[in-house]
Amino acid sequence: MKKIYPYIKPFIGYILLTLLIKVAASMADLIIPYLMESILSVGAEAGNASKVYLYGSLMALCAILGLCFNVLANRMSAVSAGKITKSIRHDLFKKTMHFSARQMDAVTVSSAESRLTSDTYNINQILARVQRIGIRAPILLVGGIAMMLIIDAGLALIPIALLPIIALITYFVTKHSIPLYTKQQTILDRVVRTVQENITGVRVIKALSKTEHEKERFNVVNSELNDVGEKAGTITAITMPASSLVLNLGLTIVVILGAIRVRGGHTEPSVIVAFLQYFTLILNAMMGVTRIFVMWSKAEASAQRVAEVLQLPEDQPLQDVENIEHSPAHIEFKDVTFSYTGCGENISHLSFRLEKGQTLGILGSTGSGKSTILNLLMRLYDVNDGQILLNGQDIRSIEPAQLTSKFGIVFQNDFIAEGDIAHNIRFFRDIPDEKLTIAAQHAQAESILAEKEAGLSSAVAIRGNNLSGGQKQRLLIARALAGDPEILVLDDASSALDYQTDALLRKALRENYRNTTTVLVAQRVSSLRHADLILVLSDGQVIGCGTHNDLMDSCEEYRIIAHTQMGAEGVQV
Amino acid sequence: MKNPNMIGDRHAVNMRDRTTHLPRSVLLKRLWKYLGRQRMLIIVAILLSITSSVLSLYGPKLSGIAINAIDLKSGSVDLDTVIHCVWLMAVCYLFSAGLTYFLNFVMIRLSRRVSKQMRHDIFENMSRLPVRFFDSYQTGDLISIITYDVDTVNQSLSTDLIQILNSIVTVIVSMFMMLSIAPKLVLIFLVMIPITFFVTKWITGIVRPLFRNRSAKLGKLNGFVEEMLSGQKTIRAYGREDVVQEAFDEKNQDAVNAYIKAEANGSISGPVINSINNISLALVCIFGSLLFLAGQIGLGDLSSFVQYSRKFSGPINEFANIISELQSAFAASERVFFLIDAEPETADSLDAEVLTNVYGDVQLDHVDFSYTPEKQIIKDFSMHAKPGSLTAIVGPTGAGKTTIINLLMRFYDVDSGAILIDGKDIRSVTRDSLRKAYTMVLQDTWLFHGTIYENIAYGKPDATLEDVIRVCKAAHIHGYISRLPDGYNTVLTDNGTSISKGQKQLLTIARAMLLDAQMLILDEATSNVDTRTEQKIQAAMRKLMEGKTCFVIAHRLSTIRSADNILVMRDGNIVEQGSHDALMSANGFYKKLYQSQFDVIT
Repeated sequence: MKKIYPYIKPFIGYILLTLLIKVAASMADLIIPYLMESILSVGAEAGNASKVYLYGSLMALCAILGLCFNVLANRMSAVSAGKITKSIRHDLFKKTMHFSARQMDAVTVSSAESRLTSDTYNINQILARVQRIGIRAPILLVGGIAMMLIIDAGLALIPIALLPIIALITYFVTKHSIPLYTKQQTILDRVVRTVQENITGVRVIKALSKTEHEKERFNVVNSELNDVGEKAGTITAITMPASSLVLNLGLTIVVILGAIRVRGGHTEPSVIVAFLQYFTLILNAMMGVTRIFVMWSKAEASAQRVAEVLQLPEDQPLQDVENIEHSPAHIEFKDVTFSYTGCGENISHLSFRLEKGQTLGILGSTGSGKSTILNLLMRLYDVNDGQILLNGQDIRSIEPAQLTSKFGIVFQNDFIAEGDIAHNIRFFRDIPDEKLTIAAQHAQAESILAEKEAGLSSAVAIRGNNLSGGQKQRLLIARALAGDPEILVLDDASSALDYQTDALLRKALRENYRNTTTVLVAQRVSSLRHADLILVLSDGQVIGCGTHNDLMDSCEEYRIIAHTQMGAEGVQV
Repeated sequence: MKNPNMIGDRHAVNMRDRTTHLPRSVLLKRLWKYLGRQRMLIIVAILLSITSSVLSLYGPKLSGIAINAIDLKSGSVDLDTVIHCVWLMAVCYLFSAGLTYFLNFVMIRLSRRVSKQMRHDIFENMSRLPVRFFDSYQTGDLISIITYDVDTVNQSLSTDLIQILNSIVTVIVSMFMMLSIAPKLVLIFLVMIPITFFVTKWITGIVRPLFRNRSAKLGKLNGFVEEMLSGQKTIRAYGREDVVQEAFDEKNQDAVNAYIKAEANGSISGPVINSINNISLALVCIFGSLLFLAGQIGLGDLSSFVQYSRKFSGPINEFANIISELQSAFAASERVFFLIDAEPETADSLDAEVLTNVYGDVQLDHVDFSYTPEKQIIKDFSMHAKPGSLTAIVGPTGAGKTTIINLLMRFYDVDSGAILIDGKDIRSVTRDSLRKAYTMVLQDTWLFHGTIYENIAYGKPDATLEDVIRVCKAAHIHGYISRLPDGYNTVLTDNGTSISKGQKQLLTIARAMLLDAQMLILDEATSNVDTRTEQKIQAAMRKLMEGKTCFVIAHRLSTIRSADNILVMRDGNIVEQGSHDALMSANGFYKKLYQSQFDVIT
């Protein structure tokens, strides 16, 4: 929790006030038993009816005061807990949205999600609860000890000596239980993954009759979860009985020592009676403190996970790379080498230049590094070696906002948001409806608008579940075009379109986006044969480079692909 | 992710809207069934909690005797008695602590076992559920039931149960004691307890919609987070982080506002009940004192009545807390039971045959089918695929090609008509043997968290590494795998960045190549594999298909020209059927589809 203290700090005054009110409320609560004793001793015993009424109404007054203070303090605790959580969530979301691709790979989307949802929820809960019930126990504890010191400082040394022992027990237990709770979380992740795999793979599992195998697999993780949970619980359960045992044994010492002191005339018997009362008080308080401690240590694990993300350094900072003189090339790759894992090169020594308005086509077998080139161009990853230049400027030295504003992108299986069509094309940008319609026209998505009655405001389901693959792709292309990009990047973005629509799309791009430099990855030769430059990749290496006609002459690989796809008649341009 | 074409315009259903509300009594009975399985543990727990209560009552009594031994008047101390009592006290406390720990120990075991059993039962039923079920519920919802909801039930069982048990014992004992001391004073509680009850009910009535709103707003926020995280790469690529942040902040603000409102009002009930209790204590003191003054009861009676009434009101104070916790536990268990009760696939009929020695003769006989009653997908469709023949299913994306496969594999049952294999109705054979008669490669590749070897050998666990390498070579993925640092032992994780969709498809093709079924289903099996690689694996694919009855879905028409029978689908319906030549001369939709491939507009 220490790590999220900066978020608590702005509210510290407010929280202190809440606690103060809570103290007042607890006081009101604590006075009631004493008033009760007074009614009995001063009122009833002494036969004084008016005192009975007086103390009785005082009790009622305290009850009502306690009510007001408690309600107020609870309300305030909700306000501060809510607001603190809000600011933590804000920063966490911001950080996560700015993750570099590598950071996201490391944290994983599902883990980032659970940190943003369940971990912040845990923190919220503890923040509210500690304020609500956390103050009463310490007050009882401190108050009880203070009273004992006043009554008999000598005997009070016994409980004071015991407190460190209890603290030690709690420390020992927490130290051993927290790692177990963390482990429990990891196993829970595995349970989730197993269930998820069984849902997404239901067809395959049923087809291969692997149901029994999967049940077995689940039983294993389920048992592991059970075991670690039992172990963690068994250790945590030590705290309470052990603490009360220590205190109760202290009580017996008090009785003996007290008896000896009474015999020596050093103290009154009533002191022992009082001490017994206060010991019970302290014991209850200790239990309260322990309960808070347990809650706290659970929240601690969540705070840790949240802080881990918040403390990630900014990846891919702006670099002061020396820029080239004004280069005529719009995009230039200079001897670029890159590896995702550091083992084996996914792109090796790649160089090419592209002028403004030109089109680059990238063709290659599965896993040959096509998408990697796009990832590097958009600086989703940084090159290991070499340089990527836009207008002669190294992309590592361009402000991220400036860099991204140049691109219109469609990734493979790109993201479709729930909402309507306009929302998906606009994609959080400030683009008027007319422009969305034009982009949709160019992307050959007009027919979708025509089909769906509500046009731009037609609903799009979660993950675009109510759209076909081809409709999704055209929507995504419209999104890329709507921003009038300087560079258009299409990663296998028209694979689900039929050839006719694909051709119409290319025509529209050629006519309306003359100044846009285009980089497209495709599996169909027909999609990229008009490109000014075509790279044929194999294992991260360029095995062919040139125009369609060049490649038909020089690159056997390319020729074979073209022949298979288009037949002999399609090859001539 | 599921194939969107499967259900057409289906919108994901929210689980919370669908669960049926079980009556409280049914819920309790079913929860009790889970507890009942651990009967021994429960009996031990009850005995332990009673014993430890008695012991903890005995301690103060002993201390009382010890104090009496310290004579108040004369100041003389009977040290022997004191020491004797103190010894007893120490032993008593030691036992009490031991018992308490043991009780906790038992309760943890009890609740863990119950939740393990629940998870087990959920999973057990899930593996029997039809594919239709998973096509209509969100994965995240199902997962949250098996984790969070089971946990909620478990938490409530382990803590609330003991608390309720203790409370009941305390309330009964103190009520009994109070009645025996001064029945007239108990009247105060007879007035105050209903007041407490109605006030609680009143507050819950106000607060419940607020809490519902709070959950809804939080759900919305979490949904937004999930969606935006899945699109994080795109958002970053477009540089829209700040705008998305604004949208997030708005939802965050809504969620926090709803939280504060619900919490602020919800947290009223505790203090209210507490102060009602305090007021009734005050009334007890006042009236008790008056009774004493009137000489109706003794001072000692009054003192102990007050002690007991304090004990009595303790559990009542906790009442509201326990109720709200129980309520969320009930809601959670409702969802848990929903999943445990969800209707499984109809069981194989008792006389179902095991399909053996399959020839691969597949016949569809006047089949009608629809996913939803409103929209008929397949109407009176018949076809015949002879052993070893190739049936191609073509049509634009979203035409419903996968439907045929859902029917063949019996993921869905036909509405009327029949599907026959070697002349046997597939509903008369066991599902297991039916599905084993097919080898299937789907467009949506499914790989699980495990090594590449495990993933490929999944359908044939006794496959040796050599077997696996052989099929990987045939699927042209061996080169890639052997370049990985851990080779075939590389663990595939969901964040494996360097593995593309095409490579995943090659892995699933390799998996299929290990199997030896008489019928083969290829659903766009190579849609993400590039042409060159596709060509390279052609030979292996041909070998895979050799002699088998094949059903192939593909959008590359060139690969299906050689099919014996082509089913042409459009908008969910089968519009044409026949060989390539026959369909071309029929001059219909197929011809248009085929020509659009070569009709390159320039």
